[in-house]
Amino acid sequence: MERPVTLVTGSRKGLGRAVAEHYLAAGHHVVGCSRKPADWEHERYRHVLADVGVEADVGNLLGEVRRTHGRLDHLVANAGVASMNHSLLTPAATVERLLQTNVVGTFVACREAAKLMRKRGFGRIVTMSTVAVPLRLEGEAAYVASKAAVVGLTQVLAREFAGFGITVNAIGPTPVATDLIAGVPAEAIDRLVARQAVPRLGTAADVINVVDFLLRPESGFVTGQCIYLGGV
Amino acid sequence: METTVDETRIVELIVRTLRALGEEGVVDLDGVEPTATTDLFGAEGLLDSIGLVSLVVAVEEALDDELGIRVGLADDRALSQRHSPYRTVSSLAGYAAGLAPAG
Repeated sequence: MERPVTLVTGSRKGLGRAVAEHYLAAGHHVVGCSRKPADWEHERYRHVLADVGVEADVGNLLGEVRRTHGRLDHLVANAGVASMNHSLLTPAATVERLLQTNVVGTFVACREAAKLMRKRGFGRIVTMSTVAVPLRLEGEAAYVASKAAVVGLTQVLAREFAGFGITVNAIGPTPVATDLIAGVPAEAIDRLVARQAVPRLGTAADVINVVDFLLRPESGFVTGQCIYLGGV
Repeated sequence: METTVDETRIVELIVRTLRALGEEGVVDLDGVEPTATTDLFGAEGLLDSIGLVSLVVAVEEALDDELGIRVGLADDRALSQRHSPYRTVSSLAGYAAGLAPAG
């Protein structure tokens, strides 16, 4: 059987890297990207320098996937940036940066991935939202707005891509101990975790478990959903 | 816009792509043999929205593979009757040629 081809954006570190390594261990060809070079490698892993917020970069990234593998089975649109600050202290430039990477970056990655997936009439796309959306987390207005947009995007793309055999679902992780939350005060994380039904930090394995489910060929009847973790 | 890309070659490429999609059953050409003046999308158009999406994406790929032109043909005017670059084979070719980097 041919090895599946899986694209993971934001795979240099953190959750993206854990997802990429998981699918390499599962035997996939994995293509990843980030703005900086990766400091890890694998014989079936190819790292492309790309900023998902730059449309031309994403075009080049998917062009690379197409030329190397001629197909794409899975996209985990993981690349994202966060910012925690009271809205009265947040510059518009920060909001624009978050929207550019988290919303525009996810949109363009999904669009370009779907172009490649539709040829074989099969594709699985997983986007990343956050529990901060349903929790209306104070101090993260811009981040929450961008990740709420990801859910909306996911729901509409699910309908637009369904005819091509492509599912699009979002995962809303709880905080996971990665660089993304490294700058967030511990008390703020504690308060957030206390609002979960299962009050603990998430792990990469918690997220990967749901990604696994959504990527399965048998999950073709599951699309346009956002699965929140931690019982939020 | 002045370009070094021969628009005639792009027309040929689009016609070829359209014919291939018809043969693969991706779009229903309804017995029409496509030419430069074939209406693609709109009231008299050959394609429905999914067919248009399939053609545009296939043309993007063919431009890259066959002519080394890497352009995105996404356009907000897709659904405009008067201004859509997707109205006919030749308007799509002209649009692609205009986007191709000169020189």
